[in-house]
Amino acid sequence: MSNSQSKQSQKKSRGKGISRRRFLNDMAGTACGVGLLGLGISMYSRSANAIKPLAIRPPGALPEKDFLAACTRCGICVRDCPYDILKLAKVGDKVPTGTPYFTARTGPCEMCEDIPCVPNCPTGALDHKLTDISKSRMGLAVVVDQETCIAFLGLRCEVCFNVCPVRGKAITLDYKHNERSGRHAMFIPVVHSEDCTGCGLCEKACILEDAPAIKIFPTHLAKGDLGHHYRVGWDQQKKKGGSLIKSTDKHKYNLPKGVRYDYEGVGLITDEQGNPIIEPNNTPVDPTDNNSESEMPGSSNPLDALNKGIQEAQ
Amino acid sequence: MATELKIGQEAIEKKGWWQAYKWLVLRRTSQIGILLLFMLIPICKWISPEADCQLGWIMKGNLSSSKFFDTIPMTDPLLFLQMIAAGFTSIAVEAVIGALIILVFYLLVGGRVFCSWVCPVNIVTDAAFWLRTRLKLVGGTRFSRNIRYWLLGMVLIVSAVTGSLAYELINPVSMLHRGLFFGMGFGWLVIAAVFVFDLIITKRGWCTHICPVGAFYSLLGKVSPLRVRADARELCDDCGECYIVCPEAQIIKPVLKGKEKGIAPVILAGECTNCGRCIDVCAEDVFHFGNRYSVSPKPAPIAAKILNSKLSKNSLEQKS
Ligand code: SF4
Ligand code: SF4
Ligand code: SF4
Ligand code: SF4
Ligand code: SF4
Repeated sequence: MSNSQSKQSQKKSRGKGISRRRFLNDMAGTACGVGLLGLGISMYSRSANAIKPLAIRPPGALPEKDFLAACTRCGICVRDCPYDILKLAKVGDKVPTGTPYFTARTGPCEMCEDIPCVPNCPTGALDHKLTDISKSRMGLAVVVDQETCIAFLGLRCEVCFNVCPVRGKAITLDYKHNERSGRHAMFIPVVHSEDCTGCGLCEKACILEDAPAIKIFPTHLAKGDLGHHYRVGWDQQKKKGGSLIKSTDKHKYNLPKGVRYDYEGVGLITDEQGNPIIEPNNTPVDPTDNNSESEMPGSSNPLDALNKGIQEAQ
Repeated sequence: MATELKIGQEAIEKKGWWQAYKWLVLRRTSQIGILLLFMLIPICKWISPEADCQLGWIMKGNLSSSKFFDTIPMTDPLLFLQMIAAGFTSIAVEAVIGALIILVFYLLVGGRVFCSWVCPVNIVTDAAFWLRTRLKLVGGTRFSRNIRYWLLGMVLIVSAVTGSLAYELINPVSMLHRGLFFGMGFGWLVIAAVFVFDLIITKRGWCTHICPVGAFYSLLGKVSPLRVRADARELCDDCGECYIVCPEAQIIKPVLKGKEKGIAPVILAGECTNCGRCIDVCAEDVFHFGNRYSVSPKPAPIAAKILNSKLSKNSLEQKS
């Protein structure tokens, strides 16, 4: 009896050992598999989310990184837009699957005053604090093609200017002399990022065929990032309310020895004696071509002259 | 094999068609009804693009987040967790309330009620299972049903690592539900893959082995009071049909055959989807819906009644 019992327990414990080992093996296998899958999803999401969408988010959308964590892809904003311009990205679209966007060329945001798409967003992926639609920054309009925008061709168009809901601030017209005809003005559309909402009405309205000359881009794609230490003189002047320098201030330049700055003379391009410096390896120019730089003494690159000056000084 | 084709035959003969299909019919009605509710707007717009589709506002959104009558918010609690894992913490109150509403609802009625009464993928995988049985396909790869819990963990980790709701890019559940109302794109391929996987590779593969959403609701379901009970388990005549129809067959046997081991006649496993198919298919009426606490089950066949006192004691032990 006791013998058989011990045998049984032995068997049992051996069985247990095997099953534990198998269990551990299975666990390790599962963990590896799941880990690999997780890695796959992470990488896929990286690439999927990294496709900087040319599609534009609805008004009030958080910055893209937060938006991708906050938007549940429920489509309530899509349902609430009375103009039906918003869509949820389908699988295979170049926008992270399920997230809302609109395409300015075919369906721009009509800038509803009550912004119905925003307040029902359950998570705040569309910021409920946005109550003034003209404060929304869905993207930024850019006149991308000066070769086809007919205003640059010298024709009157201004369609984009006229449809802009923030006309006069978001888009202005610059008057330029038409060099080609010599006696006409050009009315050039210029977008200003402080006021452009990115609604896309201008892109929709652009009179060109399929591709418009003015396009909306996500702001981070459209806007340069000016060095933060930059101070633009005229802004500073405006802030100060007057000129920043007094007439008595003396100009100081760190010019190399032997070169001096003379505004009324020939500027930087001089030697000690005030004679023009001529680059020895200056490429000869056709003297009959009076449009060329042949009349300019020396190289067109003032740096060359500077270097020459330094050499001579030494 | 031949008997498999006649699942429920005995129940139909003994209880009548309605009693043999009641829960299945109710369940499909619920699944399709919910889809229709969400689909009111697209259908209305499709019929007349100009109409403003007032009726449609009964239900807006999709299973990820929705709004009922423009007032009651609902948000998938698993998505909510993913949001937090992804590092988005300034979540609007509405989503918090919405997630709580859903959480409490499924805590009460059983987590995986979501699976069998709401989730659209369930229709797909049930169809795959039906076809698999029809075509008498057997075999395929077998692997642990616990993988889904690992995957659930992975879903949260992936959110944290990428700082986005990464799993939503491939989640067939939200993909199908969203796709039906907002456009599928290539999403059909993903759903087709789930179907084929269930049909050929693993029996009941997706829902009971892999789906992290189902795993999440399984965890919720561990504590919910509404349960399938087998108070009349004495009457079981071992026809085995409940094992065949139950998507989580492994959870039935311990309860059905657990009398000697003192296991209470309540299916307490979180994996139970409360689909009620076992109730339908059992000609002997062994199963019924009840609550996990009840010590004296509903007036059950005599054989079960005799055991009542003993059973109730067991069920208390089981709980502790
Ligand atoms: S502001 Fe109006 S038109 Fe623009 S996306 Fe929102 S609801 Fe649509
Ligand atoms: S309502 Fe908000 S959460 Fe829903 S799709 Fe729109 S942005 Fe995303
Ligand atoms: S997108 Fe175009 S129309 Fe809209 S505010 Fe900017 S410039 Fe104006
Ligand atoms: S509508 Fe198009 S073509 Fe006309 S001015 Fe604007 S950008 Fe140029
Ligand atoms: S397990 Fe997943 S796919 Fe299956 S019914 Fe549940 S939620 Fe839907």
